Amino acid sequence: MSTARAPRVAVVVFPGSNCDEDAAVAARTTLAADVRMVRYDERTLGDPDLVILPGGFSYGDYLRSGAMARFSPVMESVAAFAAQGGAVLGICNGFQILCEAGLLPGAMLRNAGLRFVCRDVWLRVESKRTPFTLAINRGDVLRMPIAHGDGNWTADPDVFAEMKARDQVVFRYVSADGTQGGAANPNGALDDVAGICNVEGNVVGLMPHPERASDAVLGGTDGARLFKSFATTRLAMQVP
Amino acid sequence: MTVLVKVMLKGGVLDPQGKAIADALHRLGYTSVADVRAGKLFRIEVDTADPGHAREVGREMARQLLANPVIEDFEVSLETAAAAGGSR
Repeated sequence: MSTARAPRVAVVVFPGSNCDEDAAVAARTTLAADVRMVRYDERTLGDPDLVILPGGFSYGDYLRSGAMARFSPVMESVAAFAAQGGAVLGICNGFQILCEAGLLPGAMLRNAGLRFVCRDVWLRVESKRTPFTLAINRGDVLRMPIAHGDGNWTADPDVFAEMKARDQVVFRYVSADGTQGGAANPNGALDDVAGICNVEGNVVGLMPHPERASDAVLGGTDGARLFKSFATTRLAMQVP
Repeated sequence: MTVLVKVMLKGGVLDPQGKAIADALHRLGYTSVADVRAGKLFRIEVDTADPGHAREVGREMARQLLANPVIEDFEVSLETAAAAGGSR
C-alpha cells in the first residue's frame, strides 16, 4: 500500500470567470488537491485528474452564455482530456460552456421568469454513474446556491429521451423534501433538470454551485459531497 | 458587402423574452398582438464583391458561432443599397 499522491485539479480561468478562486479553495479543502489555475489562452492543462470549468460570466455572456469561451485555445485541451475519459466538472457558466462546446447535450435558454435568480435550491441525485455522484445515494437531496440568468436547460425531445434512457440526468431541482414540481424549479429547465452528464459519465455540468456549499462557514457542506465522491472514485480506480 | 444574419429561436422552443414583450404590448393596449418572438440580427461587413461568397461566409459564421443549432435557426441575406438607406 502506497500513499496516494494529492489529486491534481486544473481550474480553467476565462476572461469573466468569477468563481475560479472559489473552485480552487473548494478543491483544496475537500480534496487536499494540488490546484493549478489554467488561463483560457494556455494549451496545456498540466496532467490533471480533474478539470473544473468554473462559474462566472465568460466573455461578458455576450452572444450566448458560453458561446465565445468554447473557442478559447484551452478548450481544445479540455475536449481532448474529456475524450480520454478525464473527469470534467462544469459549474454554472462552466456548464453553459460545455453545452456550447458540444461536450454535453442540450442548450441554455433565458430563465423562464426572465430574472437572474440567486438563492439556495435543493437537488435530488438522480444518477450514480459519474465520479461526482458515485459515492452519493440516488435520491439524496443536496442544498446548494444558484446564481444565474440563463439556466433554463433544454434539449430536443428525442435527444432528451435518449439521455434519460442512458441515465444522463444527474441532478433535478426538487423541494426540500425531495419532491419534484411546484416552485422547486427556479428557471424553467426541461423536466427540472439541474445537471447532466455525457454518455460516458466523465463530463458533468450543473447550474448550482457545489463550491459555494463546501464549507460550514459558507452555510452548507452538501457541495463538498461531490468533490468527496470524486476523491473516493479516484482512489477506487487506483490512480497512480 | 453587408451580410445580414438573422437568428431566431426555433419554432418549438419557448421564448421567455418574446412572451414578456407580448405581455408588455398587451398592457400598452396593442390587443391585436397574438404572439412575439425575439431574435437577433447581425450586420456584418464582409470584404468581398462576390454575393455568393458573402452569403456562404455568412452561413459558415452562423453555423459556427452566431446561432446555436440546438435551439436556434438562422437566415442569411445581403443588405441592398436601397435597404441600407433605411425606411421610414
